[in-house]
Amino acid sequence: MKLPDFKYEAPATVAEATALLAEYQDEANLLAGGQSLIPLLALRLAHPAVLVDINGLDELSGVSVTDGVVTVGALTREYMAEESGTVAETLPLLASALPLIGHEAIRSRGTLGGSLAHADPAAELPAVARALDAEFVVRSELGERVIPAAEWFEGYLTTSRRPDEILVEVRFPVAEPGTGVAFQEVARRHGDFAMVGLATSLTLTDGMITDARLAFSGIADVPVRAAEAESLLVGQQLSAELFEEAARAATAPLDPPADLHGTSEYRKKVAAVLVRRGLRAAADNAYERQ
Amino acid sequence: MTDITVKVNGAPRTASAEARRTLADFLRDDLDLTGTHVGCEHGVCGACTVIVDGRPVRSCLMLAVQAPGHEVTTIEGLAPDGALGPLQQAMRDSHSFQCGFCTPGFVMQATAFLGAHPNAGEQEIREALSGNICRCTGYQSIIDGVLLAAQRSKANVGSDR
Repeated sequence: MKLPDFKYEAPATVAEATALLAEYQDEANLLAGGQSLIPLLALRLAHPAVLVDINGLDELSGVSVTDGVVTVGALTREYMAEESGTVAETLPLLASALPLIGHEAIRSRGTLGGSLAHADPAAELPAVARALDAEFVVRSELGERVIPAAEWFEGYLTTSRRPDEILVEVRFPVAEPGTGVAFQEVARRHGDFAMVGLATSLTLTDGMITDARLAFSGIADVPVRAAEAESLLVGQQLSAELFEEAARAATAPLDPPADLHGTSEYRKKVAAVLVRRGLRAAADNAYERQ
Repeated sequence: MTDITVKVNGAPRTASAEARRTLADFLRDDLDLTGTHVGCEHGVCGACTVIVDGRPVRSCLMLAVQAPGHEVTTIEGLAPDGALGPLQQAMRDSHSFQCGFCTPGFVMQATAFLGAHPNAGEQEIREALSGNICRCTGYQSIIDGVLLAAQRSKANVGSDR
């Protein structure tokens, strides 16, 4: 369908954008890459009175590294991060997830901040942010807040960002030496939203797991960390039995939703397969990256 | 309504449109460039793919008011004098298409992809075209056409040396 009518604002600075949000509050939607919002408008699932287009805010685009923290501007487009040598080197988990987002044409426009603020639980980036304990920096006329990933995702397409706030950047810790990663997913077609996805990061020191991070997409209304499996893995040597045990621990508490693409039981089974695959791939990747 | 000036296929074009006008509708209805096809209107089918600043973009997921300052290439821009470009010729030779509805989207997507990855193999081409839907062909002939274009361009580069 054609898009519904809206008032269009294109601020030139973040200060102008926050002033508009302060004025319009929840009457306004922020337009970043538009790869999710414009379909929502076309399908009449969103009908904001005002669209605040932030594509002119160049200050929100770019990747930088300081003191072990990678700062990604919210308006950094997915293809830019995909092509970034800094991302490949410091955030291998993010780098492995980016090519799986939608299709090439989607990543031309789609932004990291936009996907994370849209918070589709089946999308790749929310699982990556949750796995890496990213921090979300939001700004309003009242100042800045830093929100940890564990508190950012509140529900389906819902974050703890207030209507007067704009996401300005996302901070990720630089991957430790000895870290291997994998982003695994099962989807009907390449580029589709996955039925289940899994972000895996393992850090190995002398063959022992010293850090393990597993975050699922597509199995609840928010991305889900597999905390029990993570603590079971840490301090252990790699083995097929260990990965099997981790798969059981990771999936036991899950109660995934059912839809026409798969039953709840099927998704749970796929989740266990992905844990085994993800751990194997991340371990291999850790050795490759050394 | 606002006056919107966009560089399309190398020349600045101006028309008046509402902010809610997508780039796809602006190209078709305001600039009479009806080569760009509109299928699903919500970013699923890929029929409306155009090239913006060298990258493939779904023109139904971009507003016309966002296009000033960017360079847009549509299917009309690939054959300005009516002669087929090398990719178009290879796709024609491979009988890539049937009804033609998805054609401009596939051709623009493949043009952008081969431009950035001239040595792409079959698997990469399949992945690059996975966001475009064709309901006639079963895709094999489309892949064949893009592969043929890639092979011909490699052969040409070889013969220049």
